[in-house]
Amino acid sequence: MFNYDPHPVASISKADLVTQLLALLPRDCVLFEAEDLGPYECDGLSAYRQLPWVTVLPHTVAQVQAVMRLCYQHQLPVVARGAGTGLSGGALPHPNGVLLSLAKLKSILSVDVLGRTARVQPGVRNLAISQAVAAHGLYYAPDPSSQIACTIGGNVAENSGGVHCLKYGLTVHNILQIKIVSVDGELLTIGSEAFDSAGYDLLALMTGSEGMLGVIVEITVRLLPVPEQAQVVLAAFDDVAQAATAVADIITAGIIPAGLEMMDKLAINAAEDYAHAGYPRDAEAILLCELDGMREDVADQIMRVQAILTRVGATEVRLAADEAARALLWKGRKSAFPAVGRLSPDYYCMDGTIPRRHLPVVLRRIAELSAQYGLAVANVFHAGDGNLHPLILYDANKEGELEQVEAFGGKILELCVEVGGSITGEHGVGMEKINQMCVQFDALALTQFHAIKYAFDPKGLLNPGKAVPTLHRCAEFGAMHVHRGQVPFPELERF
Amino acid sequence: MVELDLTADLQQQVAQAYRTKTPLNICAGNTKAFYGRQATGQKLDVSGHSGILSYEPSELVLTARAGTPLTHIEAALSAHGQMLAFEPPHWGNAATIGGTLACNLSGPRRVYTGSARDFLLGCHVLNGQADLLHFGGEVMKNVAGYDAARLMAGAMGTLGVLLDVSLKVLPMPLHKLTLVQTGICAADALVKMNELAGKALPLSASAWVNGDLYLRFSGAASTIAAVKQNLAGDALAEDEAFWLAIRELQHGFFEGELPLWRIALPQVAVQPEVAGDWLIEWGGAQRWLRSDAPAELIRAQVAALGGHAAILHGGDRTGEIFQPLSAGVALLHQRLKLAFDPARILNPRRMYENL
Ligand SMILES: Cc1cc2nc3c(=O)[nH]c(=O)nc-3n(C[C@H](O)[C@H](O)[C@H](O)COP(=O)(O)OP(=O)(O)OC[C@H]3O[C@@H](n4cnc5c(N)ncnc54)[C@H](O)[C@@H]3O)c2cc1C
Repeated sequence: MFNYDPHPVASISKADLVTQLLALLPRDCVLFEAEDLGPYECDGLSAYRQLPWVTVLPHTVAQVQAVMRLCYQHQLPVVARGAGTGLSGGALPHPNGVLLSLAKLKSILSVDVLGRTARVQPGVRNLAISQAVAAHGLYYAPDPSSQIACTIGGNVAENSGGVHCLKYGLTVHNILQIKIVSVDGELLTIGSEAFDSAGYDLLALMTGSEGMLGVIVEITVRLLPVPEQAQVVLAAFDDVAQAATAVADIITAGIIPAGLEMMDKLAINAAEDYAHAGYPRDAEAILLCELDGMREDVADQIMRVQAILTRVGATEVRLAADEAARALLWKGRKSAFPAVGRLSPDYYCMDGTIPRRHLPVVLRRIAELSAQYGLAVANVFHAGDGNLHPLILYDANKEGELEQVEAFGGKILELCVEVGGSITGEHGVGMEKINQMCVQFDALALTQFHAIKYAFDPKGLLNPGKAVPTLHRCAEFGAMHVHRGQVPFPELERF
Repeated sequence: MVELDLTADLQQQVAQAYRTKTPLNICAGNTKAFYGRQATGQKLDVSGHSGILSYEPSELVLTARAGTPLTHIEAALSAHGQMLAFEPPHWGNAATIGGTLACNLSGPRRVYTGSARDFLLGCHVLNGQADLLHFGGEVMKNVAGYDAARLMAGAMGTLGVLLDVSLKVLPMPLHKLTLVQTGICAADALVKMNELAGKALPLSASAWVNGDLYLRFSGAASTIAAVKQNLAGDALAEDEAFWLAIRELQHGFFEGELPLWRIALPQVAVQPEVAGDWLIEWGGAQRWLRSDAPAELIRAQVAALGGHAAILHGGDRTGEIFQPLSAGVALLHQRLKLAFDPARILNPRRMYENL
């Protein structure tokens, strides 16, 4: 019943499809020549590439509906795309499908200053929302590092987080309502501009659904007041375990920092070479702890945090003296990915989460794996909420090295699951982690996911082959989740 | 997390009901029995499925079986200076965490820190075929697979029997202060609540009733002192009792015989034109109405303003209690119901006639 295996043969010729699309959209909104399709062949995970059959760039919601109706009629796969910054191959095109770019739907439709909400189109860039409302003393809280480029539609589809989500939540906590176009072209309102809606929480279900359940065409986001003050403390440690203890102690003391980030030695040095943030090069780990709120609150918490850091054994505790110093400390962290990128021809960014208390052992195991595979790793860590980003350094031009990296990365994700965490904290499953889904979920849960998909998209046209593996694929991958000694996938023959 | 012996019994009961197509009425503390449409079916008692399974204060995560009393969880958290930040209503001593999540009930702090659903990290459930499923987990960030855990919040047991839930918890603020401003009309109160929420202030609850506006602030001593100095209003001495009465629907407003409506609206929506008494909470996002105006009128007015209305007391519980859904969304509901509960045995018709 639930079969999303790639749709091998299209039911219509490309020429006919293009003709029919051109009847719905202006000439420049339909791309079908190889040279025009090139920019859409991959997302931020450039190791995976596939030219789409056709790319469409509608300007209006009505055009999105018309395209969806046409694709539904011909049973063509549709892959939605925002800015293509995704890191898991979620927007990887389908060879016989339509790539639906939402990039031209980029208006901020309305801002309600008193009610602190904004209604925006999916192609609006994350940072553009905060910029548009800054004059009112408001901002949109989730701040992925890619925020200059990534779209709010992509953020909803991935349930993106950012440095500040420990205190302010993920995308799912910061949106009220979305409008979606269903697989057959119907426009539906999900959620409400009140704080809840009647019926099931379809808003939560849609958030993070990676373009598998519908096309998001409008989002109402919540806006927050810009805090009166923000201050950041840097602490250096000789030992990663001490840094982990400091994180636990800060939180146990009742303090929820706005951001709490950790970097290991390799990441520190790469960032220092790149951004000259003044990081201590000989430290094994640094923590950046940002506190924000009312002036009085920040002053009080800064004192307590400094005391904790010192007590735990930080070799240095440094408070950014002014706004420029604070920005510089963050610049180092925010440029950590490109900085690490300069250390080797390529790097591969992982994204697992763990209960924080397992950090020391997980980092030790990663170091062992690094030695075993002969590939260096720099660790950047959203320490407050247990989200690891190990960056594996490699050279894609070396024969077989990418395969080694993928195997190594897969081991890291399996390690995260083993200690009670997840294979992805914010980058999504996409194409990349489809095999590790078989490790995190058992056959029953995967079957339930397929049933959910079926409720929204019975023909399996939306982003086929992504996010949720078929049981068949899991059986082939061989890494099956063994649940309390039960034989996994006993129902395989059903499929 | 799930313990086999305790769970197996429930699983068998659901499996049996699935085989015989017997509707089940899932209950635990029975404190929300009045909520939603009339319950029917054979009782499935989950109250014995109780106990905190793990609690790591430094991780801000607690996992408890669904039948665990809320009072028990709150006591365990408070011993470590932590809390359920959605400040759940109990509506009776026997209230359980499972019932709270199934109804997605949140209290005065909701719009300032989040709802029950917001703090749900993961759960084990039995679907309508008695499959034991695990969604989400015990970590703050987890985007693997669809967010079926949060889908359970507010589904009123119609998609699955909750067995245990993992929740994010938060430190309890050390100090608080409630300021009262008197002689304010509803329209002005709505503006004030929202103007304040738009400033960087530690607002943690707001309410308007009988022409008085109540604003609660929570935070460090120095912060609260600053609020007291800078904002208008008299400090409310018995503030604990006031917010408890609001949360538990025990304030004088909730006495009497007139039907009680719970109305959700965009925070700054104007007051619907319905004759009756109003109590406003959550900066305007939750409004309570005592009125015998016709249900159709109330629902139409509220829908036109972008909200939805549910009748809590005094309605016909064989009719619709919650706001009817648009045709397209209703269809998705039915298809999801079938995806989880193909025989429609889990709390059938408790939420909507056709679910
Ligand atoms: C340098 C760098 C740093 C990053 N840092 C972070 C970070 O800190 N936190 C974080 O969470 N992520 C981060 N990311 C990942 C990425 O930016 C996010 O996942 C982002 O939300 C993707 O947005 P996008 O518009 O680029 O979406 P795309 O990459 O275009 O698409 C992502 C997925 O969403 C689907 N999709 C897109 N738009 C829609 C729509 N309108 N309707 C339905 N489905 C849709 C696509 O099909 C695809 O599955 C980073 C990426 C880079 C390159």
